[in-house]
Amino acid sequence: MSKISNSIISQMITRFGASSAEFRDETTLIIQPDQIVEGCRYLRDIAGFNMLLDATAVDYCPATTPRFHLIYHFYSTKKNVIIALRIPLNGNEPEVQTIESVYPNANWYEREIWDLMGIHFEGHSDLRRIVLPVDWVGHPLRKDYPLGYEEVQYTFNFDDVNKRKRYPKD
Amino acid sequence: MIKPPDASFDQIKHLVSERALSGETMLLNMGPQHPSTHGVLRLLLELDGEIIINCIPDIGFLHTGIEKNMEAKTYQKAEVMTDRLDYMYTMGNNLVYCLAVEKLTGLDVPERAEYIRVILTELSRLQSHLLWIGTSAMDLAAMSVFLYAMREREMVLDVFELVSGQRMMTTYIRPGGLWRDVPVEFEAATRNILKELPGRIKQYESLLTRNPLFRDRTRGIGIISADNCIRYGVTGPTIRGSGLAYDLRKARPYSAYSCFDFDIPTQKEGDIYARYLVRVEEMRQSLRIIEQALNDLPKGAVRSDNRKFVPPPRSELGVSMEALIHHFKLWTEGFNAPNGSVYVAVESPRGEMGVFLEGDGGPKPYRVHYRTPSFVNLQALPLMARGHFVADLVGIIGSIDIVLGDTDR
Repeated sequence: MSKISNSIISQMITRFGASSAEFRDETTLIIQPDQIVEGCRYLRDIAGFNMLLDATAVDYCPATTPRFHLIYHFYSTKKNVIIALRIPLNGNEPEVQTIESVYPNANWYEREIWDLMGIHFEGHSDLRRIVLPVDWVGHPLRKDYPLGYEEVQYTFNFDDVNKRKRYPKD
Repeated sequence: MIKPPDASFDQIKHLVSERALSGETMLLNMGPQHPSTHGVLRLLLELDGEIIINCIPDIGFLHTGIEKNMEAKTYQKAEVMTDRLDYMYTMGNNLVYCLAVEKLTGLDVPERAEYIRVILTELSRLQSHLLWIGTSAMDLAAMSVFLYAMREREMVLDVFELVSGQRMMTTYIRPGGLWRDVPVEFEAATRNILKELPGRIKQYESLLTRNPLFRDRTRGIGIISADNCIRYGVTGPTIRGSGLAYDLRKARPYSAYSCFDFDIPTQKEGDIYARYLVRVEEMRQSLRIIEQALNDLPKGAVRSDNRKFVPPPRSELGVSMEALIHHFKLWTEGFNAPNGSVYVAVESPRGEMGVFLEGDGGPKPYRVHYRTPSFVNLQALPLMARGHFVADLVGIIGSIDIVLGDTDR
């Protein structure tokens, strides 16, 4: 796999105020949320990253500035390189512009991030939950969302636990 | 007009055309308990007579929260969950996770382990394609292929059982190598597959490739262009069926793939038939890779001897104090991975299967995200389905070969 040309990285740094990082031969650019749509448009049209491979988010709870990192991976079919874009997001209810207008397949990725991480995408055409039921409360992949388990029922506390237990009652 | 049986119709109003609201077109619910959706996929169809105007996939019926669960387990234990993702490519799920852990920790893998990994993932691809050719031909009313393909698939599953003790949920590939070396019967069993399968593949082809009924149902149907594949991130046999030779085994070779000689089959048409031809040829190429790997299989260890990451062999535990300490530490606390994130991808039978892994310096992954090909490819289904008959939709779903465990995670 070939390397990303330095001119693309330096252009991203001067135009969009990005900073770059290297880890295990992977290049990551960190840009601010207000630059995301323009930055993506530059990557697609001029730098040639024509495919959005993956989009995900990481929760750094209890930190709040930034609490989340939004991570996009772009791939260039012509140059055969991958670049990662990280967008730090502050606060517990972050909002960010959707990149659906640049990469149409961001639609489902962003729905998934909204569903599991609770990051709101402004201007998204169809921001519904995608893998969880429509009436689900909370965003499970956040670090402050409990893993959950079933309380063990013994004979002495069977009725107490039964009251709290979540299953359909008539 | 019959409203779909959930409370969220107002939420999806904007996805159907105005004609659906006035009742001019019909909204039809297909799935999630429909045999030809290959699992629990629900499709909301907007129909004008028999023609599909809109198709809205609804996924998540098999969501099991694997990514959340993996965050609560050590690196070794989290691997067991990866088998359950794409249950038709279990070896590959293990492999991509192990490659990510190895890249994050900088762990090296012995050459013999790399070769066995290639053999097993190619066998995995073979059995996935065998199941695919059977089920998608059955969807298009060609019953007999299914029976033959399942018979051959059993031979591959027997090899998996031989090496790992499990037919499907193998967890055989581990960070730093393999669980153990393959048994002596492995080579003969694999050679038997190599001997039998070329003739059998010819048999399937004689049942399907020139079959006029099959060709009528598949040619010119479900077309997607290479440009749209790129725009929607569609990978695997679907993008190769549209004329772009994008295969990770060549584009970004992992394991020992750069040592083998094989071709990437492509077709130009981008329809169901093109994807069928690509997959059939891929089975032959897989056999080629397995044969080369078996012929040059190096001797030696199958696990890295870095004791900070890989447990020592059982024989050392009784005689070496250090081995005992390492064993105890690795299975109670686990190993620490550095602070940082990596993205690694392998070519699954459905497309690019990537894993994004972030470590925080501790023994548990801070975040694991699977980029699953079925999830991405399914997003392009409406594009392929619009304007076709409902009966053809069944073939189109079959042709992108979704696995719902892979889609929903």
